[in-house]
Amino acid sequence: MISDVAQDEEKWLAAGIAGLQQNAFYMHRALDSNNLRDALKYSAQMLSELRTSKLSPHKYYELYMRAFDELRKLEMFFKEEARRGCSIIDLYELVQHAGNILPRLYLLCTVGSVYIKSKEAPAKDVLKDLVEMCRGIQHPLRGLFLRSYLSQVSRDKLPDIGSEYEGDADTVTDAVEFVLQNFTEMNKLWVRMQHQLQYHPIFILTRLALCLENVHFASLGSCLPLWCYSACESFILLADPVLRLAIGLSGLQGPARDKEKREKERSELRDLVGKNLHVLSQIEGIDLDMYKDGVLPRVLEQVVNCKDELAQFYLMDCIIQVFPDEYHLQTLDVLLGACPLLEPSVDIKTVLSQLMERLSNYAASSTEVLPEFLQVEAFSKLSNAIGKGSCVKKLSGKGKITDSKATKQIVALLSAPLEKYNDIVTALKLSNYPHVMEYLDNETNKVMSTVIIQSIMKNKTCISTSDKVEALFELVKGLVKDLDGTLHDEIDEDDFKEEQNSVSRLIQMLYNEDPVEMFKVICTVKKHILTGGPKRLPFTVPPLVFSCLKLVRQLQGQEENPFGDETSTTPKKIFQLLNQTIEALSIVPAPELSLQLYLQCAEAANDCDLEPVAYEFFTQAYILYEEEISDSKAQVTAIHLIIGTLQRMHVFGVENRDTLTHKATGYSAKLLKKPDQCRAVYACSHLFWVDDQENMKDGERVLLCLKRALRIANAAQQMTNATRGSTGSVTLFVEILNKYLYFFEKGNPQITISTIQGLIELITTEMQSDSTTPDPAADAFFASTLRYIQFQKQKGGAVGEKYEPIKV
Amino acid sequence: MSCGSSRVATWNFSGCFVLLVDSLSMHAVHKHREVHDYLKTLCPDLHITRGEYDEEMRYPETKTLTIGQFKLGLCHGHQVIPWGDLDSLAMLQRQLDVDILVTGHTHQFTAYKHEGGVVINPGSATGAYSSITYDVNPSFVLMDIDGLRVVVYVYELIDGEVKVDKIDFKKTTTASH
Repeated sequence: MISDVAQDEEKWLAAGIAGLQQNAFYMHRALDSNNLRDALKYSAQMLSELRTSKLSPHKYYELYMRAFDELRKLEMFFKEEARRGCSIIDLYELVQHAGNILPRLYLLCTVGSVYIKSKEAPAKDVLKDLVEMCRGIQHPLRGLFLRSYLSQVSRDKLPDIGSEYEGDADTVTDAVEFVLQNFTEMNKLWVRMQHQLQYHPIFILTRLALCLENVHFASLGSCLPLWCYSACESFILLADPVLRLAIGLSGLQGPARDKEKREKERSELRDLVGKNLHVLSQIEGIDLDMYKDGVLPRVLEQVVNCKDELAQFYLMDCIIQVFPDEYHLQTLDVLLGACPLLEPSVDIKTVLSQLMERLSNYAASSTEVLPEFLQVEAFSKLSNAIGKGSCVKKLSGKGKITDSKATKQIVALLSAPLEKYNDIVTALKLSNYPHVMEYLDNETNKVMSTVIIQSIMKNKTCISTSDKVEALFELVKGLVKDLDGTLHDEIDEDDFKEEQNSVSRLIQMLYNEDPVEMFKVICTVKKHILTGGPKRLPFTVPPLVFSCLKLVRQLQGQEENPFGDETSTTPKKIFQLLNQTIEALSIVPAPELSLQLYLQCAEAANDCDLEPVAYEFFTQAYILYEEEISDSKAQVTAIHLIIGTLQRMHVFGVENRDTLTHKATGYSAKLLKKPDQCRAVYACSHLFWVDDQENMKDGERVLLCLKRALRIANAAQQMTNATRGSTGSVTLFVEILNKYLYFFEKGNPQITISTIQGLIELITTEMQSDSTTPDPAADAFFASTLRYIQFQKQKGGAVGEKYEPIKV
Repeated sequence: MSCGSSRVATWNFSGCFVLLVDSLSMHAVHKHREVHDYLKTLCPDLHITRGEYDEEMRYPETKTLTIGQFKLGLCHGHQVIPWGDLDSLAMLQRQLDVDILVTGHTHQFTAYKHEGGVVINPGSATGAYSSITYDVNPSFVLMDIDGLRVVVYVYELIDGEVKVDKIDFKKTTTASH
């Protein structure tokens, strides 16, 4: 049945072509003999073939193209006639006597074209007349092709500015009016087609057209000119019978597919309508104002009012494709405002994606256009439309994928300039850019912030002034602080950590070699990160602290200018800022981290010879230790850091030092586990003996520490004995022995051969005792310690002499 | 380790102290989960000890492992006072009874050969600020362990140039464990 239908259609087309060719033949003869009357008669008969209703749009198009070629010859003839002195006005009257309306209007358009060219009447008048007259054809398919012909012959004769047909003051308006009217009428016809073209026997062709459409449109883009598209299509249609057959065999079946089929047929004709918009976009005289106030609203009015899904989707896309980017940018309101007015079934998401793709390409095309984007708040408008604005109702029905796609789009759009210029600095100069990001929803804002930070990392962009830092933090504030309405429990903890790590990395990138500016940068960062809340501070405070400490180090060598004004940057000022910043971290609470940072600062103050400052930092660290750090493991680490730092301090006078070392030893002896106590206490011995400082060699107090450590080791063993029935490991004793050896070697007079000897014997006895738990690790430790003593003895020289008396 | 020769990479990140066995390349990244996952991708045989900035308590304070004829010890180093002091580190080396002790904390690269073995500090892979060391250069260490011989390669980034140093250590058979 399907092939019957196809064969029938082929037959009708063949008949149509035959009739057309026959009349064309007589027409040519008349043209050759300059017989105007016959020429008109046969051309009218030839054009009558276009009155058929039997052909599908596709076949009708084939017929139309043949007629079109013939009409070109006729037009040439009319031109010749006019040149020979025939009145073109008379000719214009004459063709209107043709009997049938369709041929009459084709002829009228053809003569009209020559009429305009002759300039015997203003172009606008002729065009107005033609476009009005074409109303006479209300059959959708015939009307569409007729108007398409009008559009084709008139496109180079519009009274555009700069054109030879330019008219009076309103000349551009006239040109626009003409095209708009033709467009409107064609669209109406096109929309009406769905109600008229019923039961057309063209299943296969529809199928084929769809196939071809996929092939061409996918590769060439949807703004391919109609003629080019159709030519390709015809070519393939004729050239590839196998393809045709294949499609034919798998063609659609049954009347249930009628509506679908009609829509596909209609879809084939869309470029006839769309071409008007293309013509419109070619009118030079349309400036932004005119486009904004006159053209776009009129086009959109038609799009909205036609209430047809196919037309609306196609035409929206057309508008986006044919008009210039800067116009879209300046009329985003209008364009986006139309979206919610479209039919509910229209795929707005795709339309908007196209728009964004264009705009992001535009944004990436040149730095100069960015201010334009910001000025019109393009980003906010788009995101509103996509995210939460007027289109939300339409989009929400389509689930989360839509949202993430929309997010991707907006991120791509905002990132385009960043990627293009590898330079966030350009964006930072624009005060509106961050402002624009406020319009993004929180999730999108965060994604965008991450993209910005990644861009900075990737390009190692140097952001060096406080102004830029200020702008940058505005930009990435989605990561720096809680935005309104963020639900904390929804954030995945790992994601949050990753985000905050990226902020932390960003802070480390901010650098200016000028200390004054760097201090400003630091103050700006501080201001922003302190708003981040307790969850973020542990990530953001440490990098800021290290930036500060680096700056301190830079200033360290320089003498402070006593005449420097209040605003000059000094280590003291930086330390004040550090104190405030770490204090904010400590009340998070994050006592362990804060303690470590206080100690870092203390050492930096030590290097700057600022005793009171260093003492203050130590005090803060001690307060945290006493009041906040209660976990025994954390205490052990904290004690090691306290002793380790204090051991390195040289700025303290006797009094301060005594206070701090006394406290540290006290803390050590109060640790929970005996072994930890013991180790911390012997570590404290180093607080009284610093190798390269002659005034810090208090042998007596070193010995006191080691003796105390020994007592604790004893107590530890007894405790194990009491609880487990056997003596614990001798490891602690071996460790203390090593400490004795250490200070012995360093020349501490309090450490004598006999004490060392006594300790070795003690350990040996303990190890041989039956009640001692065997511990191979401790045995190995002791063995290697003895090997060490042996080695030192054999070394000779002063060391060898020193070790000589020790018996092993 | 299958062919008798092993390559060991060690370096120090802000936060954790890392030793990779059989790894050839490394980059500076950040700490905790993100880093851990990343390092795992470089080499599944990953050993980490706790640094002073690790709130992660599950990493041990010290770790020892045997590669070929060598015993290696790993410790971040903030526990050994005075920090970076070679004599004190040597004591830890005796305690762990290892040929090669790898420590960090000071962000200062050092490799020290003595009668009992080698003490290595790979420095800081990120070149991060240290209160102990001025002018921190990013550095890391590769060790080629083959039989009784270990060759330590030190990669240091100085003003954008990578400087490579080599330290050779041969274990005497008398040192028995």
